[in-house]
Amino acid sequence: MKRAFVALAVLAAGGCHRIPSSVPAASAFGVAIVDIGGEQQVAGVGATLDQPVVAQVNDAQGNGVAGALVEFRALGGARFDPPSGLTGSDGQFSTTVRLGSISGRYSLVATTRDKAGKPLQVKFAEIALDYQQTLGRELNEKYCSRCHSSESTAERVSNHDNLSVPPHGFSDGATLNQISRANLIAIIAHGGAALGKSPEMPPYSPTLSASDIDALAAYTRAVADPPYRPQGVFYANP
Amino acid sequence: MSLRKKLHSAGHFLFGDIARTFGSLSVVLLVLLAIVPAKDHYREWLHYQHEYQSLIRNRSDGVSLARRFQGGVQQIWLPELGVVDRCQTCHVALKEASLAGIGTQPFLPHSPIPHSLTEFGCVICHRGQGAATTVEEAHSSTLSWEQPILPARYVESSCGQCHERPLEGTPQLNLGRAMLARYGCVHCHKVASPEGRAMTATDDPPPLDHIAAKTTRAWIFAWIKNPQAYAATATMPNFQLSDDDARDISAFLIGQSTPYLAETERETPPVPAQDDAAALQQGSSVYGESFCASCHAMQNAAGLMVGGNVGPELTRVGSKVKPEWLAEWLRSPKVYDPDTAMPHYRFEAKDIGLLMGFLGSKTDSDFLANVHLGPATPAQIAHGKALVNERGCAACHSINGVARPDNFAPELSAVGNLLLARIVFAPGMPHTLPDYIAAKIRKPRSFGNALKMPQFTFSDSQVDALVTALLAQTSRAQTLPAALRIPAASPSTYQPAGRAGQLMNDLRCFSCHTIDGRGGDMAPDLTWEGSSVQRSWLVNFLKRPNTLRPALIRRMPKFNVTDEEAGVLADYIMTVYQTPAFDRDEIDASKLSAADAARGKDLYYGKYACNSCHILDPDKDKGYIGPTLTQVGLRLNAAWIFHWLKNAQALRPDTMEVNWNMNDDDARAITAFLMQQKAAPKRGASQ
Repeated sequence: MKRAFVALAVLAAGGCHRIPSSVPAASAFGVAIVDIGGEQQVAGVGATLDQPVVAQVNDAQGNGVAGALVEFRALGGARFDPPSGLTGSDGQFSTTVRLGSISGRYSLVATTRDKAGKPLQVKFAEIALDYQQTLGRELNEKYCSRCHSSESTAERVSNHDNLSVPPHGFSDGATLNQISRANLIAIIAHGGAALGKSPEMPPYSPTLSASDIDALAAYTRAVADPPYRPQGVFYANP
Repeated sequence: MSLRKKLHSAGHFLFGDIARTFGSLSVVLLVLLAIVPAKDHYREWLHYQHEYQSLIRNRSDGVSLARRFQGGVQQIWLPELGVVDRCQTCHVALKEASLAGIGTQPFLPHSPIPHSLTEFGCVICHRGQGAATTVEEAHSSTLSWEQPILPARYVESSCGQCHERPLEGTPQLNLGRAMLARYGCVHCHKVASPEGRAMTATDDPPPLDHIAAKTTRAWIFAWIKNPQAYAATATMPNFQLSDDDARDISAFLIGQSTPYLAETERETPPVPAQDDAAALQQGSSVYGESFCASCHAMQNAAGLMVGGNVGPELTRVGSKVKPEWLAEWLRSPKVYDPDTAMPHYRFEAKDIGLLMGFLGSKTDSDFLANVHLGPATPAQIAHGKALVNERGCAACHSINGVARPDNFAPELSAVGNLLLARIVFAPGMPHTLPDYIAAKIRKPRSFGNALKMPQFTFSDSQVDALVTALLAQTSRAQTLPAALRIPAASPSTYQPAGRAGQLMNDLRCFSCHTIDGRGGDMAPDLTWEGSSVQRSWLVNFLKRPNTLRPALIRRMPKFNVTDEEAGVLADYIMTVYQTPAFDRDEIDASKLSAADAARGKDLYYGKYACNSCHILDPDKDKGYIGPTLTQVGLRLNAAWIFHWLKNAQALRPDTMEVNWNMNDDDARAITAFLMQQKAAPKRGASQ
């Protein structure tokens, strides 16, 4: 009997010892959790995202709450460093994210609890690219983004605003998701004029091979916002 | 009843007579016979195959999926690649793209890749134990210790086993390989291709033979203590030297330095005073007009780094170089460093003075504030020399009296499948090869303070890229059939001849331009320049380079060449750099018809919308991706324009220009229209 008590005490002490090292105890609670940054990043499968993902816990006035516990979770093998922690003096908690090894969209969930213990959540969508989509991203960078992206850097000035028909961004899902893959490929290969659109979009065949153009189409689908949903298969008997 | 009696009666019951014995043994035999199929029935892979079948059963495409499904152990055997893999026994849906959204492993289809799964198998890219038929053995068990599954973030390394040329779809591998060359890794470590060609460095560590002429001992001390404190972009790593070691190395480096120029040869132009704001402004203008920023970065007032990374960052250069050295360097850089990438600008003495004033004002008093060095003692100098030998400084820099060490660090040509049994892991780290390589790069001294490898400042993605490039260095790559290997382009040793060749070396054309496979990639490839441009334009451009591409920051500098030099260069370029694809004079511009030109104008603005990217009429056109065409009729040859419109990539493979594949009539019409464009650019005519 005595021995059992000792064993229990040792186990309890071990347990107590472990808890603080993995998940610290919250010293404050907020009423909301919001997305501060790091949303919609695009990287290769398994890669570390360039920017950290940042969530902020707010009080009723919308000010950051220091010392609130934030825990990150995701499906598909995405990893966080650190996976949980307390918010800093600005009410923010940031973590670096390594995506899982399957391409697709990762939904990262940051959870905190209010005073009553009710979970509050905010989601971050991140995108992992496979080989073909990565190829599409590189080709987009070389041939397309000068016109299709309106963002300029000191090294690369965007040509977007110089065109009479502004090109759609590659992540403009609202527009591009409506265009079938065959049409998307036809526009890239044969140019805008061939499909009754602006001739400012030149024909990229034969500059790009058929597999290159496939890769560009795959990339636009991968980064579409809102996400591209392919027409699914039909289930005969649910 | 005692236990013994119980056993006795049980024995009698089972084996009492021959009939009972036969019956009992038959039961045992039946049980044994049942175990074998039962064991087979509960095999992991069979379980997955059953699961797959129930997964596809209710789908609308279930019948065709089921028809393509093959049960049993599936094996790919490719003896010439050394591949045996049974991965598709469980990963049954690798080729079923329609299952992309539905499930989890092992039933996900493989994402599209350029290779056939059946021709290459799985393990050649993903590693793992191909012959295994259980999950653990295949992926990560103790049996597969030497060859566990490669984490997805390094999978591009597998492309690098065969592809030594950069592939468009493997940015991480390309970056890693470029970094091995750029950050000087290959100065100490040999990294050879399967053909045995060693990778060469692309950085340019300066010689230290005359270092005392260039800078002070205090600066050397502060720099070798922490190069990144002087310039965040510095490629020299931090050797984590103690104050005493840095003091002794700086003493030795100053001591071994020899003069590179006799005092009588020096002439230092008048330098404007540091409080002469107008002169500083003029110096800044010379810096800008000479396009120093094409190669050198400098932090601007807003704290942003502006400029290229061919030469060193100049934000604090005033705290580094001695004025008399800077004057000689600006006058002719190769006198100090024969291998420098810096061109010989033909600056006037006045401009050198202005530049010296401007660069001299770029100081940082904090950098040298805490450096207090007494006079060097012979013991310190001797210790410094020992340290220079020990740390391998001469693997990168040329130093008087110190020979370049061969194989200073372990060769990495086959590090991608280094045997784990030969690795000493640091405590607490995962025992895998990628983790080991990454830890070595991230913090070399975590494996022991006595290690010589210095500390680099890399981001996570840069470390991933380097690990990817090193994992591509496998011994499997060396045993692959030669037909599968795509070797890198062999390095070109092209050297232009005669006086033009001397001039091109003096102006360091190859630092930015590629000709015949040799040179940098910052500026256009000039291999066929003689077929492209008109001589009169070229002479003018060499003397006064004007802006051809308005959106570019990095531009051709003005080298202040003489008329005679420009003429020699132009003659050489026009004569030698001609494409065999067409005759430069095959289209006589004067015979192009006005009707063609009118049609060309319609095509230019209509069908082909060339104005999306090129400015022809500065008042109307806005596109600024391609070069300005305002005076293209004075710049280019008609035949070049014609063939460019038909297939630009045939003339310059890397050009961004669309391959228009244009028919002859349209190409001729646009050529006629463009050859008419000879107007001087209208400046602000509409404003």
